[in-house]
Amino acid sequence: MTAMKHTALAPAERAVELIGGDLTEKSLRLHLEGLPGVDAVGLEARAGALGARSIKTTSKAWALDKIIELIDLTTLEGADTPGKVRSLVAKAITPDASDLTTPRVAAVCVYGDMVADAVAALGSAHSAGGDDGINVAAVATAFPSGRASLSVKIADTAEAVVAGADEIDMVIDRGAFLSGRYGLVFDQIVAVKEACRREDGSYAHLKVILETGELTTYDNVRRASWLSILAGGDFIKTSTGKVTPAATLPVTLLMLQVVGDWYRLTGERIGVKPAGGIRTSKDAIKYLVTVAETVGEQWLQPHLFRFGASSLLNDVLLQRQKLRTGRYSGPDYVTID
Amino acid sequence: MNRLVIPKTYKLYIGGKFPRSESGRVYEIATAKGTFLANVAKASRKDAREAVVAARAAVTGWSGATGYNRGQVLYRIAELLEGRRAQFVDEIRASEGVSVSAAERQVDAAIDVWVWYAGWADKYVQVAGNGNPVSGPFFNVSTPESTGVVAIVAPQESSLLGLASVVAPALVSGNTVVVLASETAPLSAISFSEILATSDVPGGVVNILTGSAAEVAPWLASHADVNAIDLAGAGSLEWVDLQIAAAETLKRVLAPEVGVPAPSLERITFFTETKTVWHPKGII
Amino acid sequence: MTFLEYAPAPESTAILNLRKSYGLFIDGAFVDGRGTPFQTISPATEVPIAEIANANGADVDAAVTAARRAYERTWSKLSGADRGKYLFRIARLVQERARELAVAESLDNGKPIKESRDVDIPLVAAWFFYYAGWADKLDYAGLGPSPRALGVAAQVIPWNFPLLMLAWKIAPALAAGNTVVLKPAETTPLTALIFAEILQQADLPPGVVNIITGAGDTGKALVNHGDVNKVAFTGSTAVGRAIAKSTAGTGKKLTLELGGKAANIVFDDAPIDQAIEGIVNGIFFNQGHVCCAGSRLLVQENVHDEVISRLKHRLSTLRVGDPLDKNTDVGAINSRQQLERIQELSEVGEQEGAERWSPACELPTTGFWFAPTIFTNVSTSHRIAREEIFGPVLSVLTFRTPAEAIAKANNTPYGLSAGIWSDKGSRILGVADKLRAGVVWANTFNQFDPASPFGGYKESGYGREGGRHGLAAYLEARGWNSPVPSEGARA
Repeated sequence: MTAMKHTALAPAERAVELIGGDLTEKSLRLHLEGLPGVDAVGLEARAGALGARSIKTTSKAWALDKIIELIDLTTLEGADTPGKVRSLVAKAITPDASDLTTPRVAAVCVYGDMVADAVAALGSAHSAGGDDGINVAAVATAFPSGRASLSVKIADTAEAVVAGADEIDMVIDRGAFLSGRYGLVFDQIVAVKEACRREDGSYAHLKVILETGELTTYDNVRRASWLSILAGGDFIKTSTGKVTPAATLPVTLLMLQVVGDWYRLTGERIGVKPAGGIRTSKDAIKYLVTVAETVGEQWLQPHLFRFGASSLLNDVLLQRQKLRTGRYSGPDYVTID
Repeated sequence: MNRLVIPKTYKLYIGGKFPRSESGRVYEIATAKGTFLANVAKASRKDAREAVVAARAAVTGWSGATGYNRGQVLYRIAELLEGRRAQFVDEIRASEGVSVSAAERQVDAAIDVWVWYAGWADKYVQVAGNGNPVSGPFFNVSTPESTGVVAIVAPQESSLLGLASVVAPALVSGNTVVVLASETAPLSAISFSEILATSDVPGGVVNILTGSAAEVAPWLASHADVNAIDLAGAGSLEWVDLQIAAAETLKRVLAPEVGVPAPSLERITFFTETKTVWHPKGII
Repeated sequence: MTFLEYAPAPESTAILNLRKSYGLFIDGAFVDGRGTPFQTISPATEVPIAEIANANGADVDAAVTAARRAYERTWSKLSGADRGKYLFRIARLVQERARELAVAESLDNGKPIKESRDVDIPLVAAWFFYYAGWADKLDYAGLGPSPRALGVAAQVIPWNFPLLMLAWKIAPALAAGNTVVLKPAETTPLTALIFAEILQQADLPPGVVNIITGAGDTGKALVNHGDVNKVAFTGSTAVGRAIAKSTAGTGKKLTLELGGKAANIVFDDAPIDQAIEGIVNGIFFNQGHVCCAGSRLLVQENVHDEVISRLKHRLSTLRVGDPLDKNTDVGAINSRQQLERIQELSEVGEQEGAERWSPACELPTTGFWFAPTIFTNVSTSHRIAREEIFGPVLSVLTFRTPAEAIAKANNTPYGLSAGIWSDKGSRILGVADKLRAGVVWANTFNQFDPASPFGGYKESGYGREGGRHGLAAYLEARGWNSPVPSEGARA
């Protein structure tokens, strides 16, 4: 600990602006430790209250379409193949073949080595940096554990960007964070952000996965969220989906409170992505309510809020069919991807 | 050759000092057979007011002391009473007209009452308090604490034991006291104040007034800075009026008793307030 | 469309099976009252709900007589175990009819359905369950062996938590072996009358609980009835004071839960987001019609602006409107009279120089409504910092040091509740020690539980409701074994 006190950190723009002076391990630590604490019971009670909103009829119809528009349709299996990715992409483009008014999802999310397959499968449906179309997101930086050297993480990221990834979902080094080496976590995010830079000078969007299930405490989640924003993250994301618990409503609420604080402080909007464990429309609507009532409805756009999910989409489609037809639908009436 | 004795000037006891009544008034105390014993200060409403001020000023220190500390201070009273037993026996015999053995019994009982209550100071919270198993992630505990300033009308008879039996329980939890001593037999109360003054009881914790309870009690009952009133010895007064006056600021009122109140935990807890504290329990 | 304008999600009133008119519940049956009946209305719409009987002196006498008879002949002869079984039955019936009771409560009182459904009615059932178990365990209540019931309890309750206050009163009274005559508030009698039907379903012996409706005169006749042994009142300090005077010298045991002006103290190290929630919950829960509401916000001066800015942002998301809509956060003010009092004190606040703010919110045109309001720049000498407003109005004051916070918090004739927000454990416990209030919520607010004693210091009343302590209000100790040797035992 003594050695790290005055170690200089990468001069990320936001951090320099906010913390000022020569950015060091020590100044970063003091900043993070100065954040207000979180009372777990109060946070969970608030999340519970938000989750108890009753969203009916027209509001529900709006919410179901919105959820689809915010989904990062995800496959992150060791057994992923080009065929599996093509199937996923097809679902992303046409979620419900029985109702072509169904919106498309925001992005497909795959491992880095599958990016080229996803881009190819999307074809003209790929946003490729534009406002329309579906993004390709790649998990990177030795996902999900993050246990690799920085050079490997940078290479992992850069290759995915070159292959056409619009978004990079990186993981932070939870070991470094839990041992108090905030500067190391910070520098790595700055480095990965730089690896998101394309040849034309633009950047792939950087989503920073905190893996909140391993950080465990809400105070840690607040600090890690803040650290990730300071280091340049465009999004903060709860989980890899490979650790339990993954996304929870209280954790997401807390991260939304952080981006709300950041907005009030700087006027800049940071995105939030709960990922893992959100399987039903009912659950997803709770998240929409939570977003709307904390940071506001303007956050309910794909560049500011995402669901990292796979099975959620089909449940939303079933609910949509129920609203459309007035009768309950069944799993044979939606496609498996 | 008989030595000419030096009689005592019996004064009030307020804020650890022995003032005369600001009114300058005294009244005469005689033996049961009518022999003059003493001129005793006749407290006025202004003396009562001063006593309440002194009692209020002493609340923070006395109620803030640990139970262990208060227990030792109260036990010290018993020690000093024991040492001056003979003096109290003489005074009680003279002013109440009772036999030596009856006076001795009274002094001994008073000493025992102080010892009994002294032992409660660091225990009553355990017995009257409670950890509460609420159905949620909360720590929840109820503890009694002193109510503040207690005005007391002491029993008219059994002057020393009566005084001990009403003052001691109020002190246990940390209340401070303004007590109207037995009107007809006030001498041992005044001598008792000398014990208080030389013991470890901080000035203002016990304030003793002598005089007409009928005159002074209404001022205490209606005083907004008095939190509770013990009417133990007020049975012969217009005590319902006192209770009505006390209702103006919702004072806690303990009704008159016949004779000397028996020692009881209830007399301690009556002058306490139960405070319940909640706090969330979370590990993440 | 905007998502935040959630589509209406009204709770259906089809579950209700209300009568056109309700009599008095005396001796196990509904009977006509001898006074002039009155309407109970929905404060959200001013539409009448039902006609309610008005008990006059003779009716009060009939109810007390029935309670006395039931006490002498039935209830005092039952075992504690059997009394407990009746209370368990009542608890279950309340659970079974919970939704119906919640809808009726919100209709009659104006409180949001989410509160009646998730707070009031579940607590009612919990209260009966809790005290049911005490009925055969009174020896363990801390009052010594075989404590005695008092007899007939006269209970008068307020309109802010109608059925919950009924449960707070009736459950411990019956568990301890008393019989009851209860008068609900005249603006909110409905759930008490449905509760009377529940007592019939439970087959509670006639006369054990009698429910009489009416206004202040009925309550006065009840508490002053000569054959009542116990008076329990929850309501304003003014009425409590009058009851304390009128029962003086009668030997009636009296417990009072009266007004409050609680300080909610926010230190600069508070868990800020939860503190904001606690402030909101503290004053806007139940439209601020809460005796223990955190109506005085004491904020450490160095975080005042930050707290107020966050608070205003949070208030902008409060949903005021139809009490029966499941998304309503703040419902209707209970009565025109109460609305006028809130309006008057708020105007006084402005005249005294405090700064008034409310979020933009559209209020319905019929019914009684008041937007959530905060006053900043309030001083301890302002009326809105001293008088209980009993509405959705928060007065914000500042302090510089913990000692000043404690002094300001205690600077009131009331002493019911207080809040503390800080991340520092020793400060929380230290400050809690010094606050002169019967309930101290640290890093939380407005929590209630049948196991937790509730009640005030000073002019907030005396006695405790809830927990083991709540039993003491309905029992008389027979005394312990002689604690010290009697006079003369010493050689």
